[in-house]
Amino acid sequence: MPARPRPLSPHLGIYRWQMGNTLSILHRATGVALACGSLALAYWLVSLAGGEDSYRTAYRAFASPVGLLLLAGWSFAFFYHLFNGIRHLFWDAGWGFERRQRHASGWFAVIGAAVATAALWTLLWHGGRL
Amino acid sequence: MSLRSPLGRVLGSGSAKDGTGRWWAERLTSVALVPLTLWFLFSLLLLPSLDFAVIRAWMAVPMSGLLSVLLVAVLTYHAYLGTAAVVEDYVHAHGPKLLLMVSLRFLYVLCGGASIFAILRIAVGS
Repeated sequence: MPARPRPLSPHLGIYRWQMGNTLSILHRATGVALACGSLALAYWLVSLAGGEDSYRTAYRAFASPVGLLLLAGWSFAFFYHLFNGIRHLFWDAGWGFERRQRHASGWFAVIGAAVATAALWTLLWHGGRL
Repeated sequence: MSLRSPLGRVLGSGSAKDGTGRWWAERLTSVALVPLTLWFLFSLLLLPSLDFAVIRAWMAVPMSGLLSVLLVAVLTYHAYLGTAAVVEDYVHAHGPKLLLMVSLRFLYVLCGGASIFAILRIAVGS
């Protein structure tokens, strides 16, 4: 064993708050939220297979105020995690590490997610789905 | 091929105790999820309504069923990799960590299995 325990990431207490770590934390937070959302998706699929009654029960749960709030949150989490995830994939390929590029792509992920979420719910509203 | 050094492997460095295989799996699943999740979202949006009969008819189409099964499988695996990494980073006590990791695996296999079984039931019309 090493003489001293090895450092484990991340140590928020000694980290200066800035765009990089904020978006990184948001990526994790939205990822965990979406993992919970995948359980909701499983429930929806099982209710769909169960027949009309079980589907209606699930539909009512998702269309309730709490359900809609969760869906709104999951939709933003999805778009942010998607856009920021693509940003991460570009980094993994070795692109976009310059300071200006990092900031521009970061803002793109945040604003893009907000716009996409608003567009989605506008579409649902006008389509009469709500 | 393992990219870990022999010393790193012996010492078990890092909170996960192993690494590159999972890192690669995270990337592959994320690349696959871009088209799969967008396909799922846009398919639902393009349906005339979210009524039971409409969704069932759409899901019963072979291509919808296949892509939905792939989506659920890849999504579940990706969600497991992500939440497992979070547990490894923040839960340091051995007992709770083991309990959480085992619970996560059971939960994801249960939900992923139930989802895929549900899609197959719709596909065969039972």
